[in-house]
Amino acid sequence: MEIKQTALAGTLESSDIQIMLSQGEKGIHFDLTSDVKKQFGEDIMATIQSVLQAYDIENVLVKVVDKGALTPVIKARAIAVAQRALDLKDEPNWEVL
Amino acid sequence: MTLKNNVNREIPDQLLKTQNDQGFQMTDFGQPTIQRVAPKVKAQTGPSKVVESIKQVVAATVRDGMTISFHHHFREGDFVFNMVMREVIDAGYQNLTLAPSSLTNVMNDIVVEAIQKGTVTNITSSGMRGSLGDAVSHGALKNPVIFRSHGNRARAIESGEIKIDVAFLGVPNADEMGNANGMNGDAAFGSLGYALMDAQYADKLVLITDSLMPYPNTPASIKQTQVDYVVKVDQVGNPDKIGSGATRFTKDPKELQIARMVNDVIVHSPYFKDGFSFQTGSGGAALAVTRFLRQAMIDNQIKASFALGGITKPTVDLLEEGLVNRVMDVQDFDKGAASSMKNSPAQQEIDASWYADPANKGAMVDKLDVAILSALEIDTKFNVNVMSGSDGVIRGAIGGHQDAATAKLTIISAPLVRGRIATVVPDVTTVITPGDSIDVLVTEIGIAINPKRQDLIKTLSKVPGLPIYSIEELQQKAEKLVGRPKPLAFKDRVVALAEYRDGSLIDVIKEVED
Repeated sequence: MEIKQTALAGTLESSDIQIMLSQGEKGIHFDLTSDVKKQFGEDIMATIQSVLQAYDIENVLVKVVDKGALTPVIKARAIAVAQRALDLKDEPNWEVL
Repeated sequence: MTLKNNVNREIPDQLLKTQNDQGFQMTDFGQPTIQRVAPKVKAQTGPSKVVESIKQVVAATVRDGMTISFHHHFREGDFVFNMVMREVIDAGYQNLTLAPSSLTNVMNDIVVEAIQKGTVTNITSSGMRGSLGDAVSHGALKNPVIFRSHGNRARAIESGEIKIDVAFLGVPNADEMGNANGMNGDAAFGSLGYALMDAQYADKLVLITDSLMPYPNTPASIKQTQVDYVVKVDQVGNPDKIGSGATRFTKDPKELQIARMVNDVIVHSPYFKDGFSFQTGSGGAALAVTRFLRQAMIDNQIKASFALGGITKPTVDLLEEGLVNRVMDVQDFDKGAASSMKNSPAQQEIDASWYADPANKGAMVDKLDVAILSALEIDTKFNVNVMSGSDGVIRGAIGGHQDAATAKLTIISAPLVRGRIATVVPDVTTVITPGDSIDVLVTEIGIAINPKRQDLIKTLSKVPGLPIYSIEELQQKAEKLVGRPKPLAFKDRVVALAEYRDGSLIDVIKEVED
């Protein structure tokens, strides 16, 4: 699926994560900022990537500012931003949820 | 070659040779006989010790390779450290050892500059944080920093392991001969506890003050017999930043829950009886404990013989209410505690040796019943880290942690997780206080009791509303919540040594990999 519009989900509050998706070429590219990047950077990117794959998003720039979010929070924000970027926010993808 | 010490940490052989140190063995200090050192004294009988400027006194006292010291009683409001270090750096001195009682954030930038210019090549301190901790963790300093607890610093000064050539001590008042205290003046901070060691053992003692008093100035915590020079400056500190203002009672439900359970542990322990003694820290939960404890003392008609250590207003309130008989005060964390000392003979100023030195004829911590301490991390062996952050970077201080942990009941109060970082872990990044001296961990979901305290497990099992887990269970609950972190990567180079309070090496901190 192609990114229809640049979209944003999440806040910069502690224990939240802000994810921005914009159009990209040749794969999924991450720009990750996190205080726990050393310990959980790979984990955060893998969590987001699995959501993007569920939406068949293949070419995308993913800008992430993490404030120590737990995995369910990361997943929820990733789903929200994917729906917005694909302009599907009125038709939630129940299978992904 | 490496050697594993008794908390299972690998200490490079080479360090044990060059530092002439032993690996940590046990918390019991025993009864060794110790030879203390004495300072050199240059006799003088003149009418005044006042000199014009810091520049002049630095030129008169400091030489390449010397050990210079400071205290941190001005905390984040300190002007003296920066004024002196500016002159020391600008004069071009090299290879100095910096031996302050601790380093606060306001000192960071100038220490980093002194390291970069070769002015400072060795540091011993209670701790460091911010840009300095970051620089050291990235290998900025030539030689490893040595971290010592407040009691251990006193011991090392007395034994000559730290030989202070020149001590620069800021004071809020002094007379022309150097009689001074920390209780009066615009920049009053209360107890001079840590600085009293420097005053007693430094070869050269320089007092820096903004308020010259008529001779003789009393009460004199530092005496003219110890002082070589007095310098008058415009301002020694920013009163608003020396101590936090009025301490507010926490509304954080997690902290309150922890505080309630800490209180439950204390009140149901065998130590909660008339004449008991305690030490609390300055964190939100610790302050809340003091308030819960106050009510429990009133309800049970129990009074404490003394409160010890770093003192806050809520502790002084207990003294004024008659619930605590004496406050034994090595430093003051807030204005309320700092300003009450001068009016209350029951709030006794104590030096770091009296407070916590194991190589002593008896320190206050030896008589301590209950200590409530914090932790960045605690592991399944109950070992505590208060020094390195979850990214491996130095960002803390030992303070009196190891010393107070020798109390009969040592309670660590800490949340199970902070953000995505677990507090209860399989192995702490850096062992500072050995698990052998920790009795109970209190988190917001329940407590864990050190298995060697079967007596406490038996007593506390009967307390309603106090869930008891094994520490392994708490660790697993934390991991389930946040996930398993990728292990930190370090380089081989050792950037800091952590001593136990007896001077043995309990752990090393290595350069971080980025």
